[in-house]
Amino acid sequence: MTQLPTQTTKKLGLVIDLDTCVGCHACVISCKGWNTENYGAPLSDQDAYGADPSGTFLNRVHSYEVQPTQGDAQLVHFPKSCLHCEDAPCVTVCPTGASYKRVEDGIVLVNEIDCIGCGLCAWACPYGARELDAAEGVMKKCTLCVDRIYNENLPEIDRTPSCVRTCPSNARHFGDLGDPDSDVSKLVAERGGIDLMPEQGTKPVNKYLPPRPKDQLAQSDEQIDILAPFLDPVATEAKGFLSWLDKTLEKL
Amino acid sequence: MHPAPSVIFFSTFSGLGFGLLIFLGLGMPAVTGLSAFAFFAIAYVLAVGGLISSTFHLGRPERALKAFSQWRTSWLSREAWCAVAALILMALYGAGLVFFDQRWTLLGLLGAAASLGTVFTTSMIYAQLKTVPRWNSPLTPANFLSICIAGGALMSGQVTWAIVLLLLAGGIQIATWMRGDTAFADSGTDMATATGLGSIGTVRAFEPPHTGTNYLLREFVYVIGRKHALKLRIIAISLMVILPVFFLLLSFNHWLGLLAALAHITGVFAARWLFFAQAEHVVGLYYGKR
Repeated sequence: MTQLPTQTTKKLGLVIDLDTCVGCHACVISCKGWNTENYGAPLSDQDAYGADPSGTFLNRVHSYEVQPTQGDAQLVHFPKSCLHCEDAPCVTVCPTGASYKRVEDGIVLVNEIDCIGCGLCAWACPYGARELDAAEGVMKKCTLCVDRIYNENLPEIDRTPSCVRTCPSNARHFGDLGDPDSDVSKLVAERGGIDLMPEQGTKPVNKYLPPRPKDQLAQSDEQIDILAPFLDPVATEAKGFLSWLDKTLEKL
Repeated sequence: MHPAPSVIFFSTFSGLGFGLLIFLGLGMPAVTGLSAFAFFAIAYVLAVGGLISSTFHLGRPERALKAFSQWRTSWLSREAWCAVAALILMALYGAGLVFFDQRWTLLGLLGAAASLGTVFTTSMIYAQLKTVPRWNSPLTPANFLSICIAGGALMSGQVTWAIVLLLLAGGIQIATWMRGDTAFADSGTDMATATGLGSIGTVRAFEPPHTGTNYLLREFVYVIGRKHALKLRIIAISLMVILPVFFLLLSFNHWLGLLAALAHITGVFAARWLFFAQAEHVVGLYYGKR
């Protein structure tokens, strides 16, 4: 059912520490590996070894530069996967009931045999957490490794999401954010964990821990980026039909 | 947003078809027999053709029937119900007119209401999305509905109604564009709230997650043609409203009516293309793009 539960027993989710993430993308690879080999349709790649490769990923790592008004810029690596929102807009828009939020632990899942691949849930998600698999024609998203966290065939230490288990810098933490005494909730309280795009009203379960202030580099007036002027784009003109259309509209 | 041709065809032609069905349901024009058959045939080709083309953008079209199940929360599911209800009601009503020379007024009114409901539910699929600030407004359903009934009046040959409704649709279209141009900035979502890093300083996308493209960028970040947006808007409003009104004011005959309809359809097509191509999804912020 696409009606959201009024409340869930647990709120399982991730806490991502932007202070310790080193941007190694190991979580991206382990996520792709686990979720291709296990639950649901594999995460396909298109033109994987060609000129224009692309593929389905449930977790991606961005990098941002943050420039304070004073002092040096800071580089922040920023892993992003489904935030398992309490008010998940992706669930209510689903016409078939393929998308749902579990009452027992709050995980947002897609029942792939019901998915028609209309893409509306991806439109409704502000975070880009859902990707339509080009080979399978169904929507793929983070399952919080639902096939690991309850899996008694795995050693207990492995019963966490693959990204959390893999992270070499302990930047990802998994737990019940609905329980104020859980380790993850304490971490969020201590470090001032935040929501992404709170104004969208999605009430994400996953929290992000902001980076702590960095040491100051020695101030220098010397221009160190001598290559930048040579790196301007060289091919900015369109060709073929688009070029003709561009010129025709320009003349009007 | 990526302007998928199938979705633009769907919303342009089914909007026009349902608009014509609304007027036929109201008995304008009060046709029976063979001419009623011609009117209903045109309306069904447009409405059903549009609906079929909309299934082309599905990843799994063979499961499309499942889309009827979640009408409690999903506008897409409600649209499916409204469309089927409208097509069945109007088929019965049309059969009465064509084969039995009977006007079942109540059936016609219900069919007209369901046709209007179909276009409204279509527009709400877009208007409900907080992630696309340009669409997230009551002006989106007003825009779709006004174009639908203006097109319906034009197709059904209701000259006076067509002139009034076309001008109304034009006004709403311009208002939609003007509000839309500031909608993203007004939404309060920017790179600072997207990353939560705004409290430290100015955020700039430094490295994307991968060197290639992906589903999100293909679907949500579409910048081609934006630099010609103003010209395309002028072309759209001229073809959609000004030219048809001019033709209708000249003097009504079928050739001018046909020209007016063709201009209108081309104009709506351009406006619908802009509706998608100019819409910016907040997810682009994570890639430093709009």
